[in-house]
This record gives sequence, structure tokens and C-alpha cells, in this order.
Amino acid sequence: MTTHTSRGIHDRLRAAAPPGSSAADGSAPGWSGERALPLRVELLRQWRRRRTKVVLAGLALFPVIMALLFARDRGDDPVSGARLVDLATNGAVNFALFVVFASSTFMLIVVVALFCGDTVASEASWGSLRYLVALPVARSRLLRQKLVVSLILSLSGLLILPLSALVSGGVLFGWGSVRTPAGAVIPTGEALFRLSVVIAYLAVALLVVAAIAFCLGVFTDAPLGAVGGAVMLVIVFSILDQLEDLAVVREVLPTHYLGAWIDAINDPIVWGDMARGVLVSLTYSGVLLAVAWRHFRRKDIVS
Amino acid sequence: MRLTRDSLSRGGRSWLVIGTVALVVLALGLILFAVSRDTGPAVAEEPLEVQGPPEPGGGPVTIDASVFSPDLAGPHPAVLLAHGFGGSKADLADEARTLSREGYVVATYTARGFGDSGGLIHLNAPDFEIADGQALLDALAARDDVILDAPGDPRVGVAGGSYGGALAIMLAGLDQRVDAISPRITWHDLGEALFPQFAAADGPSTPAAFDAIGDSGVFKRQWAGVFFGSGSIPDVESGATATVCGRFAPDVCAAYQRSAATGVPARRDLRLLRESSPASVLADVRAPTLLIQGQSDSLFPLSQGDANAQGIAANGTPVKVVWYAGGHDGGDPEAERLDALTLEWFDRYLSDSGTPADTSFEATGAAASLFGARTGADPEVLAAPALPGIGAAVPAPRSQLALSGPPQTIVAPAGGSPAQVTSLPGFGDVINTLVRGSTSALPDIPGQSAVFRTDPLPEPTTIVGSPTVRVRVETDAPGATLFAKLLDVAPDGAGVVLPSRLVAPVRIDGSGSRELTVVLPAIVREIDAGHRLAVVLATTDQGYSLPQTARTYTVSLVGPAAVSIPDVAVEPVPVDYTATLTVAAALAAVAAVWVGVARALRRRRRRAATQIDDALAGTPLMVTGLGKEYAGGFRAVSDVSFRVDRGQVLGLLGPNGAGKTTVLRMLMGLIHPTEGELRVFGHKVRPGAPVLSRLGALVEGPGLLPFLSGRQNLDLFWRASGRPMADAHFDTVLEVAGLGDDVDRRVKTYSQGMRQRLAVAQAMLGLPELLVLDEPTNGLDPPQIREMREVMRTYADTGRTVIVSSHLLAEVERTCTHAVVMNRGRVVASGSLDQLVPADGGDHGGRSLEEVFLSLIGAR
Repeated sequence: MTTHTSRGIHDRLRAAAPPGSSAADGSAPGWSGERALPLRVELLRQWRRRRTKVVLAGLALFPVIMALLFARDRGDDPVSGARLVDLATNGAVNFALFVVFASSTFMLIVVVALFCGDTVASEASWGSLRYLVALPVARSRLLRQKLVVSLILSLSGLLILPLSALVSGGVLFGWGSVRTPAGAVIPTGEALFRLSVVIAYLAVALLVVAAIAFCLGVFTDAPLGAVGGAVMLVIVFSILDQLEDLAVVREVLPTHYLGAWIDAINDPIVWGDMARGVLVSLTYSGVLLAVAWRHFRRKDIVS
Repeated sequence: MRLTRDSLSRGGRSWLVIGTVALVVLALGLILFAVSRDTGPAVAEEPLEVQGPPEPGGGPVTIDASVFSPDLAGPHPAVLLAHGFGGSKADLADEARTLSREGYVVATYTARGFGDSGGLIHLNAPDFEIADGQALLDALAARDDVILDAPGDPRVGVAGGSYGGALAIMLAGLDQRVDAISPRITWHDLGEALFPQFAAADGPSTPAAFDAIGDSGVFKRQWAGVFFGSGSIPDVESGATATVCGRFAPDVCAAYQRSAATGVPARRDLRLLRESSPASVLADVRAPTLLIQGQSDSLFPLSQGDANAQGIAANGTPVKVVWYAGGHDGGDPEAERLDALTLEWFDRYLSDSGTPADTSFEATGAAASLFGARTGADPEVLAAPALPGIGAAVPAPRSQLALSGPPQTIVAPAGGSPAQVTSLPGFGDVINTLVRGSTSALPDIPGQSAVFRTDPLPEPTTIVGSPTVRVRVETDAPGATLFAKLLDVAPDGAGVVLPSRLVAPVRIDGSGSRELTVVLPAIVREIDAGHRLAVVLATTDQGYSLPQTARTYTVSLVGPAAVSIPDVAVEPVPVDYTATLTVAAALAAVAAVWVGVARALRRRRRRAATQIDDALAGTPLMVTGLGKEYAGGFRAVSDVSFRVDRGQVLGLLGPNGAGKTTVLRMLMGLIHPTEGELRVFGHKVRPGAPVLSRLGALVEGPGLLPFLSGRQNLDLFWRASGRPMADAHFDTVLEVAGLGDDVDRRVKTYSQGMRQRLAVAQAMLGLPELLVLDEPTNGLDPPQIREMREVMRTYADTGRTVIVSSHLLAEVERTCTHAVVMNRGRVVASGSLDQLVPADGGDHGGRSLEEVFLSLIGAR
């Protein structure tokens, strides 16, 4: 720091206008609680993390790599089989359905848990959380903006994956009608609608994963703890879900209905399990987020 | 100071925790309630022993039974539950409790020859098993909590599956005291079921039942073995050794031995099996019958159930027929629905008047939930007001689909091997699991099957019942055995499905050429438009007894060269979402109330908190009686009061652990004071208070985003405040940071001093009226420390205020105008520096701040 610049500071400070008059609520001129931490700013803060770009790029690349592998191994025989994997090379939508199937049980869960679990916890671990709170950003608003941005990023991941699968599948396997594991054939236009139902349902069903991760992220200062904890809980739930002795209890596990999207490619669509899945997911999400809000509003932020 | 605990203990918050937990429990409870409905009165179980007729040449036979009675004012109608082959009364306990909760006295018992009951297995012989059932009716009639229709005649329904289902029908046929029955997946004629013959002289006049040619068909080797085997397992624990007959009665055992050895039953053995069959008593069944048969059942297929239904309905008895998705091969995917149907049936005919009579027909469609296929939720139910063919005066309507294919010669291999695999008797839906949850057909063995196909169907077609086809078979050896099946073939070879994995065995006696109608397996299947149907006649199926010598058959289409499809007009039943919607509405209501209450509370709290002390409007900071006890009881600050005026540079001094940082945290709204208050420009500080926007702070080190550059950090931090960019004074602040070109490098790469300067700059963004710096000179070198000192002085000169906390006393002495000295959480001295360290005279005259400080905190 040279003398030259240091003199500059003093001149500038002296030249700065005296503090402006404050508003009735005591705030600085131009400040408004409703403008604090705009979504655009929070989105930018998250977007500039390498992690965000790597995850989204990974989700875009995964279907391409899978498509190339499938194209290499594809024989001349007509596609047949009772599993989505057998039917993957039948066409773009079939391939997208397979990719969704392959990633919905683990990869998408990790992605959602990452975006939603780490958003608050990592701010705490960097020490930046206390400066946001003191800015001030009202605590409810801070959580709301962070949750919305996490959900936007999660949803982008959820959209990028099938879109990339559609494009790569379309290029390599064509745009033929869809064959379902149940043996039905659905024309491409209708199938694209079905695929969007699948994605919409998954978005709601994965909300419970987001809520678990977000809630853990509010309770801990360790981002890995929140993300890993959420993923672990989902794994524990899916193990419990395997135990037939648990009977009715299984049906109220938060992640029990995660796979119900398969009924969107049934012929015709069967809504029952998806409706229950939406209900279960929204219920747990509501409760978990309420707990997160309550805790954060009362929390002593010391990290 | 670092604290491991991040929450604070406050009285009165525990009830909110309890409230949250209660909400979770309530939500779970509501869902559980909706799913299970497992509520109702208590049910008492009492053991019961009933004497059945003695075995020939033996003593009395004791039947091991239980009675379940509800804790409700009686009397109640009764239900008798009978178990499946190889089971015991223990299998029925859950179902019995559920029924009993609904207001029934329920008796369960172990059939003779099984479990703890005495006697031998006679396969539901009228003189033995049926007589046992009558003894149980007597026992129910003797109870004072059972409704009697007449003395000794209880109001009673009988339900059971498979072996128990046959008992239900036969008991109703042989004892008119039975008022309603609900048999499931049971046989019509055991001889027909174990030696099936699907060749008919004419097509059936009903959807599935038909008159077979000859006395018997092809021995169902594997199923028969599984069936017989489960009745002859020795009780190893009690020291029994395995015997050929196990607990079978000698005549039944001998009949089985003869048939299994030859594959052809003697006429007297068929007669024995028929006596043990509902077929022999149907004409006398007057009890309204809910007849449930499984689509996925190669042991007692739908045609057996249809024969029972037609026989009972012929008496004018109400019959409701349900073809569900499970069966002996398909497990129990619709248990809940079937239990509900059974309860509804008994309610209608035992509790209520029995009107209107229910004679409807329901079949589970293919569009059962793919997801629920594993969990048992909502099947698609197709319904019709009645099953066609009842009464049989007018044959059930049929339509024809043209078949094509040349005459084909096929080979039956010597020894019957290799043989086609279609089902694995006794293993439930194992084969479905092996072939991944679908009904995809395993490929046919080349040379063994003749195939005839339809054109692609122009429109979707629903098959409910048995299609038929007329063929000619020429054989080069005496006797021919063929297995007929119908395949659903998707276009472009996309998939071939064998519905329900069923085949129809056909036996032709004699050689030469025979024309016959082959009745294909009864199924429920929606065939999509564009699919073809294929009729396959194969020479082998490994579930059946096969000819041991090689031979060839030539199969060709005759007559109309068409497959005849039963026309049963069924409509999908709309799914009932009432339960789901009710739960959703309840949860939404709870959530709305909760949110509303929380909002109201918050608004009231906020109104209480927004009192402004106008007298302090010009005072940057007024601290009054401030105290803080962290969760876990650690008291960091007690009774701290001081005041900071405009233009001051105030030093907050104290040794480590004095409570300086805790005070600053409360000033920033990070933690909640336990007592007292802080006012900034007259406004009380609380988390997120608007007045905090006039405060800039660096507390406990920098909090920067490591992946951003210095400039981006400042930029995004300011933009997060939502205030106009013009108010940020970026250039001034950037100069405070003094990072030069490094300002565009990522913060991750910065040294500690660079981060510190950037953090001070961040605190100064917008040139706040009150600047709070906690150890601002950490990591700075002496020239930078001196520079920082001058910046703070100049900053205060502009009419703003600086609070700086430090333990570097020489620094503070040269920077500050005022100081507050803290020790062990309390203020031990405060005032202007001149007052604290007078240049001359007084107690501390001529001493340095360090000496004064050390004496104040008692270190000297």
C-alpha cells in the first residue's frame, strides 16, 4: 500500500457525502427488506461456484455418454424386452425414460441433496452467513431465497438430464414411438407428454429429498454433513422400503412413492400412486421446511 | 471465542418444539389412519375344540379352532374362515380380527389332517371335512353372542381360499344353515383341475366354462405333486419319519399314487375327486356367493370358477364374480380390495337385508399400477352388471378374428424333453420375477409349435374369458397331447406377451385325424390396436405329463379359420380418490391454521419490537443491561451498559473470553440477548432489524466466498443488500482493500492479510454510519496497521462512528477516542481515553493504557 493510494482513501472518504437521512424504520436510504438478497444475486452467487457448473454439465453429459455406449453395443435385432434398459435404443423418448429411470434412484437424489443441503451450510462454513444476516437479510427471507434458488438449480438438473437424453437419443436412435415395459406402444407426441408428466412428478417427489437436505443444512455448519446425511437418510428409507414386514409403515416412508412415475408410461396413465406420492412428499416437505424455518429464525448464528 | 453449541436456551421454547413434534405425529397419524383404517373395538380370541366324526376304525377327531369376538354389544352375525391346503388356523388370524372389528363373531379352525387338528386328509369329503364344518356351525349356534335365524341355525357366512374355498361352497351345498359364502381361487371339479382337457366338442356358451371331451385330459404333473406334497410333509419336530401318504387318508393317497404313476386316472379315482368337489353340490347352493377367481392361476384357472358361478347361478342364487390379478401363480396383489369385497358381501347378506342383490362382475384390467404391481395399490377394475352366460339360455356373444397359417407339422420329442416352460407351480410369481415383472413369453422351442396369426387389430380389443379356435390334428401315433396358448404380439417384434402365463392342455385319444374346438385359457387382457393375436399349439409343457415316445402331429385350421373372442362388455370403474383427497384436505387445513397462527404471532411480536426511542435517534449505539447466556448455561456477558456517540472511535478492550465478540454478535443481530437491549440510532436491535442496514461489520474474521474474486465478492455482497449501486462507494472501498490487480484473483488464493483487508473493505461498503471492526489488524504488517489506523480516524472525522475491538492496546491507544474495558463478561471501565489514561495527575497519572488495563482486569 503506497502513500499515494493511502492519501487517496482519505480524500475520497472526506469527499463522501455525510450519511443520508434514514427512513422511519431506521434503515439506510434505498434499503428495503423486500429487495434484500434478490433471486438473481443468489442465483449468481451459486452459479459462479464450479460445483454448480460441473454438476449441471455432468447431468448434460451423462445421457450422451450412455447413448454412445448403447449405440456401440446395439445389434441389428429389433428392440424387445420387458425392462426400460432393453428398450432404451428404441428411440429418443425410450432412451430418455431409461436415463430418468437409471438416474432417479441415486444420481438425481444426490444432485438435489447437493443443491439444497449445501446452500445454507456452506455459507456457515465460509463465515459469510453472518454477514448476510447482518446486511440485514431477514432470516425467513434468506431461507426463502436460498431454497428457491436451490430448487431452481435442482429443477434445471432435472430438466437438463432428459433434454440431453432426448437430443442424444434422437440423433442416435431416431424419434420412433415409445415401447413401454408393459408392451404398449405410445406415439411420439403422446410419449413426450408422458415424459413431461414423469419429470413433473419427479420434481414433486424429489421435493422431499430437497426438504430433508435443506433442513439438515440449516441445522449443521458442515455442508458435507447435510448433503451426505440427506443421501444416507434416503438410502435408509429405501432399505426400510424393502422390508415387507413393515407393511403399512412402508407406504408412509418419505421416499416410498419415488418410483411411481413409472405409471405415467402405463396405458392409460394410472394416477393413484402418483397422487399419494405427491401427498406424502408435500406433507413431509411442509413439516421439514417448517422445522427448518423455525430453527433458523431462532438460531444463534455463531459460525 | 468459539462455541460449539449454536443454539440458545430460552424458557418457553420447549412448547413450540413439542408443537412441531406433535404436528409431525399428527401428519403421520392421519396418513396411517387413511391407509390402514386399523381402528375399531378390541377383539378377544378364545381357543375352541370341536369334535368331528371319527376316522374309520379310529377314535374321535378333535378340530383345533379359535373364536374371535368383538367388544361390542351383541348378538352378531358369524363368519367361518377356512384355510388353504397345507395351512392352519394361524394363517387366518389377521383376517379374522379385521372382520371381527367390523362386528362379526369369527371362527377359524385347522382342517383335519393339518396342524394341531386330528384325523386324516380326505380332500373336503362330505363325511369328514364338511361334517367338521357343520360341527363348527353347531358350535357357533351355541354361542349367545351369535344371531340365530332358528334354533341351532346361526346367521353365518363362510369364506376361504383354495382348499378353504371349496369347503365354503360344499358346506353351503350340504348345509342350508349357511347364509352367504365367499370362496376364493378354488376348484369346480378336482379331477378336471388336475387332469385338464381344453378340447371341447362345441364352443362354450359362457365366457370361460365349457364341456370337455372325454373323461380326463393331461395330468398336471407338477401342480399335483406340489399339492399332494404339501399334505404329506412329516412333522419332523415330533420325531415323525417321512411316509408315502403322510396324513392323507388311505383311499385318497392310493388314488393319487395310481394317477401320478400312469398319468391317466382310473374312473373310480375321478369319481373320488368329484365327490370332493363343489361340482357335486352346486345344485343345492342357496347362499349368495361372492366368487373370487385368480387370473394368474394355472392350478384352478378362471374356467373352474366360471363353472362354479354358472352352476350356482342356475339355482337363482345371487352370484357376484370377481376375476382378480393374482391366483396360485400370481401371489396376492389385491388382498386389501378382496378383503373389502368380502366384508361388503357379508354386510349385505348377513347384516343387511340382502337387497338389492349384487350379481355384478368385476375383472382386474391390465392397467393396474406398474408401480403398485410391487406394492399392491389400485388396480384398474373393469366391471359389467353381470357375467354373461348366466342361465345359458342364450350363449354369451362372441366375435371372430380371422387367422391365417398353413398346416404345420410339429414334433413331440422322445421323453418329453426339452419342454416349454410357462409357469413354476408352487413358487407363486417367481417366474414373473425372473422375467422382470412382466408376462413376456419365453421363446418357443423350434419345431415344437404350430403358429396361426391374425392381422394387426384395427382397434383396441378387450378379451374377457376364453377365446376358442377350431383345428384339425393328425397324429402318427395313438394319442396326442397339445398345449394351446394365445399370444399378444406387438408390432415390429417389440414384444410377445403370454397373458397370465397360461396354457390350455388338450388330449386326443386314438390316432388319425380329429377336428375339435380348442378352448384357449381364460384371460382378461386389453389388446392394443396394431397388435396381432397368435394362436400357438405346442407339443410340450414341462408342467404336464408328456408322451414318452417321439411322434409328429400335423395341425391345421378348419371351419371359419378364426379365433373366437368372447364379447363381454366391461367398463373401467373410476378410481376412488376420496381417501387421498380427504387426507390432503386435512393436511392442508392443519398447515393453513399453523401458518396463520405463526404469522399472527410474528406480527404481534414485531409490533412489540418496533418501539423507537426518539431521544436516542442520534446516538449510534446505546447498550443497556445486556446479558447473554448460551445454550448449555455458559454465561458470556452480564449487565453490560455503555454508550457510543457520533464521531467517536470506540475501543472495546478486554482479554480473550471477556465477552467482546458476544456483544458484537448481539449488535449484528446474530444472537439473541438473554437480558437487556441494544439500540442503534434509537432502534432496538433484533435479527434482521432494518436499522442494521446502517451498520457495517467485520466480526470474527472475514466471511468471503472463496470461489469469487475480491471484486466479485464486494459486488455481490453489495447487490445482496438490494441497495442502489451508487450508494456503494466502490472506488473508495476498493482502495481500502488496496489489492491492486489481485482484486480480480479468486479469494481462495489470497494471503491472510489480503483477506483481512478485503473483509474490512466489505464492512465499509456503502460507508455505514456505524462501522464495527473486530480485530481489524489481524494479519496486517506494520505499515498496513498504521494505514488502517488512519483510515479509521478519517472515517470517524466524516461524522460516522467506529467501534473497534482489539487486544493490541498500543494500537487502540493511538487510534481510539474512547474505550470500554471488559473482563469476564462485565464492563470494568469506560470513558474517553483521556479519562481512562489522564496525561497527568490522578490515580493513573502518566501510565500507559497497558498498565491501566492490566490493573483494571486484576492481572496486576
